[in-house]
Amino acid sequence: MTDAYVVGVDMIKFGRFPDRTVPQIGAEAALLALDDCGLTIQDMQALYSGNLGQAAGMVGQRILQEIGQTGIPVVNVANACATGATAFREAWASVKAGLYDCVLAVGVEQMGKGLLGGGAATTGIPKEGLLGSGTMPAVFAEAGMEHTRKYGTTFEQFAKVSVKNHHHSTLNPKAMYQIETPLDTVMNAEMISYPNTKLMCSVNVDGSAAAVICSEKKAKELGLMGRAIKVRASVLASDPWQQRDLVMPDVNSCTRLAAQEAYEMAGLGANDIDLIELHDCFATAEILHYENLGICGDGEAGRLIDDGEVALGGRIPVNVSGGLLSKGHPLGATGIANIYEISTHLRGEAGGRQVEGARIGMTHVIGLGSACALHILEKV
Amino acid sequence: MSEQALLPTVPYIKIPDNGDPYLEGYRCGSCEATFLGERAVCSKCGSRDQMSTVTLPNSGKLYSYSIVYRSFPGIEVPYISAIVDLDDGTAIKGNLINVEPDPANIEFDMPVDVIFADALGRKDSEGNSYLAYFFQPKV
Repeated sequence: MTDAYVVGVDMIKFGRFPDRTVPQIGAEAALLALDDCGLTIQDMQALYSGNLGQAAGMVGQRILQEIGQTGIPVVNVANACATGATAFREAWASVKAGLYDCVLAVGVEQMGKGLLGGGAATTGIPKEGLLGSGTMPAVFAEAGMEHTRKYGTTFEQFAKVSVKNHHHSTLNPKAMYQIETPLDTVMNAEMISYPNTKLMCSVNVDGSAAAVICSEKKAKELGLMGRAIKVRASVLASDPWQQRDLVMPDVNSCTRLAAQEAYEMAGLGANDIDLIELHDCFATAEILHYENLGICGDGEAGRLIDDGEVALGGRIPVNVSGGLLSKGHPLGATGIANIYEISTHLRGEAGGRQVEGARIGMTHVIGLGSACALHILEKV
Repeated sequence: MSEQALLPTVPYIKIPDNGDPYLEGYRCGSCEATFLGERAVCSKCGSRDQMSTVTLPNSGKLYSYSIVYRSFPGIEVPYISAIVDLDDGTAIKGNLINVEPDPANIEFDMPVDVIFADALGRKDSEGNSYLAYFFQPKV
């Protein structure tokens, strides 16, 4: 099978754009990604479009109606918070399989403000606040408290994740926020669902990101190898059965399964990874994934955040973009925005937040339900 | 009593004509995995037609929790959203009540009882009242 390369990739600055349509927001990133490699929509042989909020709305075709209706096949993808990464992976798979040699993946989302999850009853009475909570801050708080139960992880350690990621975002002009949040500010912010305060919850924003993927042969023909990023591994996993599945969505075992497969596919280990963009939908979640992705041993995640190993300048910087916590989390766009962030570092184009000498990076997303998508990228 | 009978908040709350309410699980005869809610196929081992109903125990231990301070409009906060492992290993989620919602008062593995009570006064569009389950510290 051919190797597949990201030759063009970009994202818009995340924000709130209530006056624009989802296809308009998606089209902007698509054009940016095409411009990044100097190609046009006429060069694309297929479009893989990720969007959750209008999953039945043919968003991919409507993006083409904004930027060029060339008649190419369009696949619309929805996979919770793994939507963008899944669209990217479908694009990658089509190139790997030899079906196409130059395709476009777009992820886009327009979000409202406020809580996700839980919500109104379809029949009977609402269960929220009656049979526990289905809100996302509570669900991920419970997942974090499982870590506390096992290893004694503290509220302060969880809060340090937000301090770090908000600090990182001050160096990322495309992040929703660029605001320092010291530890006491994070810990004293409004408590949403203990131990997650408001500053420990990801930001609901509008955004889009896009990537152009080519076969090795095509990238060479087009003279695009100079900035091309090789996809060393692309893995998608669902949640293997666990006893507590029905009441406690499991973000751990599917991440561990995907990580194992990704390292195997890439022929690499966790020690080979120079930086990671992982799914910090809540500060509690990031702690879990240090261990799930194998960058430390079980029970060592608290120490990792305490010692600054996962901060910019540390042993393995995590979420240098600011992460979902501060860059923002437009569900369908997040997976491809992660690809953009890693690619930018591997190209040495990340400016003030550049992870020096980065050669290999990893992206991770979790869609509750559950879907885990992992990519390992390398600048060759 | 002339009072109208309470309806179950979820299908796995069983309210017998005579006797106390209880939680009903479905257990796989092949692999022993237990589920809340009716099903025909086991999602652990894939066995078909091996499911049978079991009465779930009314006690367990606190596995994990969150204290919820922000919820949807009309939902009273704070409250404790709790994951409980029942004595037979079945995991179930609900409100932990009769405990001050403060981490200092909540211990992992604290023994809890499952109790049944009116669903916080919530009624459906037809005015029906419901029976829910709650966890409270074992006394």
